[in-house]
Amino acid sequence: MNFEDSPEEAAYRAKVRGWIEANAPDMSHLAPEERRNWHDKHKEVARTWQAAKADAGYGCISWPVAWGGAAGTAIEESIFNQEEGRAGLQFTYFMTGLHMLLPALLEHNQDPLSLSLIPPAVRGDKIWCQLFSEPSSGSDSAGLRSAAVKDGADWVINGQKVWNSGAQIADYGMVIARTDPDVPKHKGLTAFWLDMTTPGVEVRPIKMMSGDNELNEVFLTDVRIPDAQRVGEVGGGWKVVISTLMNERAALGSGSGLSWRDVMQLARQVASWEGTALDDPAFREWLADLYVDAEAIRLLSFRTLTALSHGKAPGPEGSAGKLLWSGLAQNLSSQALDILDHGGLIDDPEMALMNGAFQHRFLWAPGLRLGGGTDEIMKNIIAERVLGLPGDVRVDKNVPFREIPRGR
Amino acid sequence: MNFDYTDDQKALKEEARRFLMAVSPLTVARGVLENPAEGLDPGLWARIVEQGWCGAAIPESYGGLGLGYVELCALAEELGRAVAPVPFASSVYLFAEALLLVGSEAQKSALLPLVASGEVIGTIAASEAPGVLTEAAVKARVSGGMLTGVKLPVSDGMAAGQAVVLAQGDAGPGLYRVDLTGPGVQREAVSTIDPTRGAAKITFDGAPAELLGETGGAGMAQLAAVQDRAAILMAFEQLGGADRALEMARDYALERYAFGRQIGSYQAIKHKLADVFVRNEVARANAYYGAWALSSDAPELPLAAAAARVAASAAYWQASKENIQTHGGIGFTWEADCHFFYRRARHLALVLGAPRDWKRRLADRLELRLEQEARP
Repeated sequence: MNFEDSPEEAAYRAKVRGWIEANAPDMSHLAPEERRNWHDKHKEVARTWQAAKADAGYGCISWPVAWGGAAGTAIEESIFNQEEGRAGLQFTYFMTGLHMLLPALLEHNQDPLSLSLIPPAVRGDKIWCQLFSEPSSGSDSAGLRSAAVKDGADWVINGQKVWNSGAQIADYGMVIARTDPDVPKHKGLTAFWLDMTTPGVEVRPIKMMSGDNELNEVFLTDVRIPDAQRVGEVGGGWKVVISTLMNERAALGSGSGLSWRDVMQLARQVASWEGTALDDPAFREWLADLYVDAEAIRLLSFRTLTALSHGKAPGPEGSAGKLLWSGLAQNLSSQALDILDHGGLIDDPEMALMNGAFQHRFLWAPGLRLGGGTDEIMKNIIAERVLGLPGDVRVDKNVPFREIPRGR
Repeated sequence: MNFDYTDDQKALKEEARRFLMAVSPLTVARGVLENPAEGLDPGLWARIVEQGWCGAAIPESYGGLGLGYVELCALAEELGRAVAPVPFASSVYLFAEALLLVGSEAQKSALLPLVASGEVIGTIAASEAPGVLTEAAVKARVSGGMLTGVKLPVSDGMAAGQAVVLAQGDAGPGLYRVDLTGPGVQREAVSTIDPTRGAAKITFDGAPAELLGETGGAGMAQLAAVQDRAAILMAFEQLGGADRALEMARDYALERYAFGRQIGSYQAIKHKLADVFVRNEVARANAYYGAWALSSDAPELPLAAAAARVAASAAYWQASKENIQTHGGIGFTWEADCHFFYRRARHLALVLGAPRDWKRRLADRLELRLEQEARP
């Protein structure tokens, strides 16, 4: 057990910290609202930063050089991410592409066309989105109905996707479609990538309960793409889904967002019966519980790193990190509003303490418990894959997809 | 960076597990439960002493093995899994650590070899009355080298030959070493919620008491520092117990059928046990960090200790109560083993001060940390 940097790691940390300090984008001219995810101005800053990172070899540190990476270690990449977080530079626009979709794509496709997609993504010039979920298949991701039909050398895709993060700004998407409805559901899926400007692709924003627009519906109407844009085997789409979802959960579980430090900083500014909220014993007891969970999220990400550094894939235990992180975000923001008392109501960034970050998080939090695998799915994964408990009774198993009962 | 035991530590831990499975099946704990007079199993204790475990982290210069604290954590985890009815925690995590941290050279040289060899069982006697142990709650007093007062409950107070006692002195509270077999000491066994771990009421009436270390008056801070170290070691016992309680529940959920299928196939059970797993992972992460802080004497130790204790106490409580729930009615019987874990979980959560107490310490230390971080 060792949670300290090795001399090499410490040297690397010092180097990247210096580089980040010297090159960090200036966000001081942005208004509070413009500093939020998905705001155009925020996105432009993120793109500039990503390009600077790519030019300096920090774009995708652990990727092979041939892919535009720096052939660094997972530990180095993690150190860089930690230092970015420390400098307040946490951008998520490129994560879907760089951490989930493109690694999965390259796992299956190594042809020149696929490889040509990589450099612009690493520089942040091209943004990717995931086109997996559908109105009728949320947690049951293999139950999707969008159909891809072979037509000569092309595939023609029809269907509707939903909950697509960043599709409104994405240049490329990876789509999973059903290519064979006559086999059981997991076996009839195939993955493709497509240019979001392909005729027949229509993105409609979804306004979330927080008022933000991160999620979208994507309608696919007679979308024609060449077979060269198929990812992996025909009928091998489920494998692609699994590798991207595991990447997603590992990334989500590593814990970004407001922390115990932020909530302590807030508590210090808020009056209580005696002194500030930070002096209130009930608050302090809650804070201790929060810290223990937050600390576990931080430390469990070290376990993932330990596994990676020994050449092992992160296990299903990563689901614990995702569960903890999303629960903590909701608990933390709700408690922050509590100590603000009446003032917790105000979410105007110009008026609320800490620019209303806690109110905004409060309204975001329900989505965190749903996206990337719901709490319930995470618990199923833990129960079945870690504890070895039996799967639930399944009426859709070994049944051709078209015969599976469906509701509305 | 390594979030794990080393290969050598894993080998030690596996060996300890095999050994304890052979010498400390749950029937041994049951034996003490049925006959709680001694509050330990002397045969098992002798076997553990033979292994040299009491001196695992005691330096070789004081007669120990000098293996290190992570190794001691590994042993603690296995002792916790086994619900071993032995005074290991009192003697090794508390008494020996108090000597190492506060004792004079002469005291360390005289007593640590005896703890390491198992010739002496030590304990710590701090609590006197129900409620939080504040400075004002310490009524025991040493005057002219003689201790007078009552300590209740004292874990392993019947089995121990030596104790470190918190008492008021001329300079304020201090830690004193007292020979429990000497004059002026009267002991009686006390029934507790966990009879597999003995406890006593000890009345001191002019018992010879020797100040631990050179300077008195710092007893509360010294006790807190000793408890920090013990909290990390005990967190591993708690973690081991919590893991085993979860495994018992999982095994029963696979074996028991209701409504035509294994109860472990119902989400009501699966999600409950997944929640227990998550709590155990939180406990493991915080305990590992504590082990690192303890073994490297890191400045993070007080914060890491409080976090390890809060997380481990919560995990063992959750795992032990949901283990009974998963077992249903049979889990509530005297005959089933589930209650060993339920009792031990609460025992371990209270002996160093309750979770409420430790949450308070944790928050204090977080404030301190923020202040330190704010300094240039």
